[in-house]
Amino acid sequence: MQHSNASNNGSFLIVKQITKTFGDLVALNDVSLSVNEGEFVCLLGPSGCGKTTLLRIIAGLEQQNVGQIFQAGQDISRLPPRQRDFGIVFQSYALFPNLTAAENIAYGLENRKVSKDQIKSRVKELLELIGLPEVGEKYPAQLSGGQQQRIALARALAPSPGLLLLDEPLSALDARVRISLRIEIKHLQHRLGVTTVFVTHDQEEALVMADRIVVMDQGTIEQVGTAEQIYSTPASPFVANFVGMMNFIPAKTTDKPETVQIDSLKLLCDPPEDIGPNQPVTVAIRPEDVHITPDAGQTQNTLGVTVLEIEFLGSFYRLTCGLEDTRQDQLLIEVSSHLMEQLSIEVGNKMFVNLSPDNIRVYPGLSATNL
Amino acid sequence: MEYSPDSTLELQNIKKKRVRQKLGLEDYLRRFLFVLIGISLFIFLIYPIYVSLVRSFENEMGEFVGLANYVNYFSSSTTSASLSHSMYISAMSMVITVVLAFIYAYGLSRITIPGKNILRGIAFLPIFMPSLVQALALIYIFGNNGIFTRLTGINIHIYGPTGIILSEVYYAFPHAFIIIVAALALADARLYEAAESLRTKGSRMFTTITLAGARYGLLSACFVVFTLAITDFGAPKVIGGNYDVLATDIYNQVIGQQNFEMGATISTLLLLPALIAFVLDRLVQRRQVAMISTGINPMEPKPHQPIVQWGVFSFMILMAIFIISIYVVVVIGAFTQYWPYDLSFTLRNFTFYVAGTQHRGGAFVVLWNSIQMAFWTALIGTSLIFFSAYLIDKTRRLNTTRSILYLLSITSLAIPGMVLGLAYIFTFNNPANPLNFLYGTMAILVISTIVHYYTVPFLTATTSIKQIDPEFEAISESMNTPFYRTFMRVIVPVSLPAIISVASYLFLNAMVTLSVVVFLFVPGNELASLSVMLLDDAGETAQAMAMSLLIIVVGLLSRGLFSLLTRGIERRSQAWTQR
Repeated sequence: MQHSNASNNGSFLIVKQITKTFGDLVALNDVSLSVNEGEFVCLLGPSGCGKTTLLRIIAGLEQQNVGQIFQAGQDISRLPPRQRDFGIVFQSYALFPNLTAAENIAYGLENRKVSKDQIKSRVKELLELIGLPEVGEKYPAQLSGGQQQRIALARALAPSPGLLLLDEPLSALDARVRISLRIEIKHLQHRLGVTTVFVTHDQEEALVMADRIVVMDQGTIEQVGTAEQIYSTPASPFVANFVGMMNFIPAKTTDKPETVQIDSLKLLCDPPEDIGPNQPVTVAIRPEDVHITPDAGQTQNTLGVTVLEIEFLGSFYRLTCGLEDTRQDQLLIEVSSHLMEQLSIEVGNKMFVNLSPDNIRVYPGLSATNL
Repeated sequence: MEYSPDSTLELQNIKKKRVRQKLGLEDYLRRFLFVLIGISLFIFLIYPIYVSLVRSFENEMGEFVGLANYVNYFSSSTTSASLSHSMYISAMSMVITVVLAFIYAYGLSRITIPGKNILRGIAFLPIFMPSLVQALALIYIFGNNGIFTRLTGINIHIYGPTGIILSEVYYAFPHAFIIIVAALALADARLYEAAESLRTKGSRMFTTITLAGARYGLLSACFVVFTLAITDFGAPKVIGGNYDVLATDIYNQVIGQQNFEMGATISTLLLLPALIAFVLDRLVQRRQVAMISTGINPMEPKPHQPIVQWGVFSFMILMAIFIISIYVVVVIGAFTQYWPYDLSFTLRNFTFYVAGTQHRGGAFVVLWNSIQMAFWTALIGTSLIFFSAYLIDKTRRLNTTRSILYLLSITSLAIPGMVLGLAYIFTFNNPANPLNFLYGTMAILVISTIVHYYTVPFLTATTSIKQIDPEFEAISESMNTPFYRTFMRVIVPVSLPAIISVASYLFLNAMVTLSVVVFLFVPGNELASLSVMLLDDAGETAQAMAMSLLIIVVGLLSRGLFSLLTRGIERRSQAWTQR
């Protein structure tokens, strides 16, 4: 057993500079991450970003080209999966179809010198924990998708692993079941205090469930933070765009450090200090942070727009507006139904929008503005 | 993912590296089993073929003579006739069988006709016969003293290519039929609906959708029939007369003239076309797999124009009558005194005692040999094949080893039975070989039969194993459950229908095989299919018919037993598969 310095900082799971290639494809590029004991961490990213590969490397089901993994202070980088300490749940449930729910849960206990009575009571305990005390004798095919996934979770938890790995466990379920199950899993995890790594491509799932979110793209980690941090201060245009919606407008820094210029228009904001004057930048603001008004009350950061399109989305409307002072840029704005009625906005209306400097983020370089 | 050019070198370095996991006990066990599988396939498949190949470049003194044997074979048209004969009868059988099987399959899967279940069942009947039995029956019908010849006065000269082709068509028909039915089932009804909405003519739909969709299946059927026909020994032996084909030529050289080197040479010539057909078939099947998409809307049979409807239906009836009449002839032949002169009932044929079959117990002793052989083949073969298919498919990493073993496992399909049988003599009848003790035993008959029929069960098992959730292994590993436990507890129960179909396939083929074992039997362990040939050689055709009937009955009984088993298992497993 190898103890490393890295274990001293209190992290339960440490991923150190992992690189993984599949042929010419670099699936993970120098990825490092640490997870605290009892923490619920989501790996979030689009398909192909490397999140599942990272999970499988943590489990030992894939082998990294370079890098180390420590769990509970032990270097597990070279251990085969059997010698690691984790439980895993897959999107497909992977329940053994010829075994009952109870037999599935007991499966991992049976080869561990545990007495039959102990197994029985552990299975009963787990069935109650997942809220399905009645289904022990049923076969997986006789259960609903949500029930099957809960059995799979109970099976993974049965041997009391130190680490729980969940690979898109909710993706195969109906929308409604998905929403109720994510709360349930979150509560269960909290109760048991088991360190959990959860892979998902669903940003809402990540925001609701995770203590911390790890946003990944193209084999690298873009940002690590709490849901609030990720949403309110996205570290890159990719994160901004992947978690929630974002307007991107190409701009340029000016001689003044707190001002950027969009064509003829000057905008007060807070660009990062390391960007020099006259550099291309991208200005970003969330649709719900754009305030629409019928007339230009203040002059600071107020732009004239034309309403081009109106989408009704239930509790709110989303407007697509053209910026008047620039050639082609468009702005998405979310407006509550109430305000919409009050201002009686229609397509073709000329309005004004106010962009508060606090809500504007500026990224170096020109990013693609496809939303 | 995006690397700047100067980091390409670094990427190259990283790609070469890999953090190697330590090997657990189980990894060593898996490696050991892989070595075992590899060695077995080498000893019983690759090495004998190699020995036989080498033999074809030697003279009877064992000296290397280069291509002399081949030059010798091709030197005169009398010796080299068997190659062109083989090509001719195989090509003819291929075209005829595939056309007939296509019409039959089309009728069953696309046209509304009555009696489909019966017609489908009849199409499979030929697989219960050793390939020489239909040849015997054809002689009873069309031979010089055949019933048809005597009744109509028309002699179609059945001895020779006509008889061989007719026999091969009969023999290969079910095989082509299965492949084409599967290919037709791939068609998506939505294609036809789209075509109809575009007002496409029926004939155009047939060529652009039906034929185009089934083209890989048809090609595959062609290769399979060609291979079956060119490698078949039984039918040409019985009905070929003086018309030598490669398979009978090998037999004559080895058994008749004791010219083993020429046998090896011709055997290589037989191996080549079989190998080519095998490679082409693999290529075609890869394309076919690429065409399979999930979520096909199956095509329901529907009424066609009356002329098509009635044409196809009456063809199918004729085909069914042809298939059944062979059966009828075998039954009558087995129970009558002397076809066709004395058709009075007798059981005498079942208590035969002739040269070549040394047993006083008559037909049943020989039959019992066959049943034992088939039983061991099915039992040992199924276990080995299924377990090795599981290991090869469900092991992480070791990709090169696994693909080599996979390739070895499917290679046996390319080796004709005669070639394998002869190669076994060269290899195991050699006192210097430590496995020499196997020669002349039941064991070598079982081994050669398993090896000969290895590929199809292996592919069946692999397909079935691939359908099992790939994460079962990961789950077991996360729980530190040994793989053999998951194999026994989950994989085997879930795969039982496939396992039974593998066992059934092996049993049936072991009952009817002739070409593999014709060189390997020794007096005392004759098999039933072999004694049919020996009895026919001795002129005891009525007894040959009796023996044939027993083989067929055992085959049918075994099939019935296996399907009862399957049904029982399905009933038991209903809870897992249904809500």
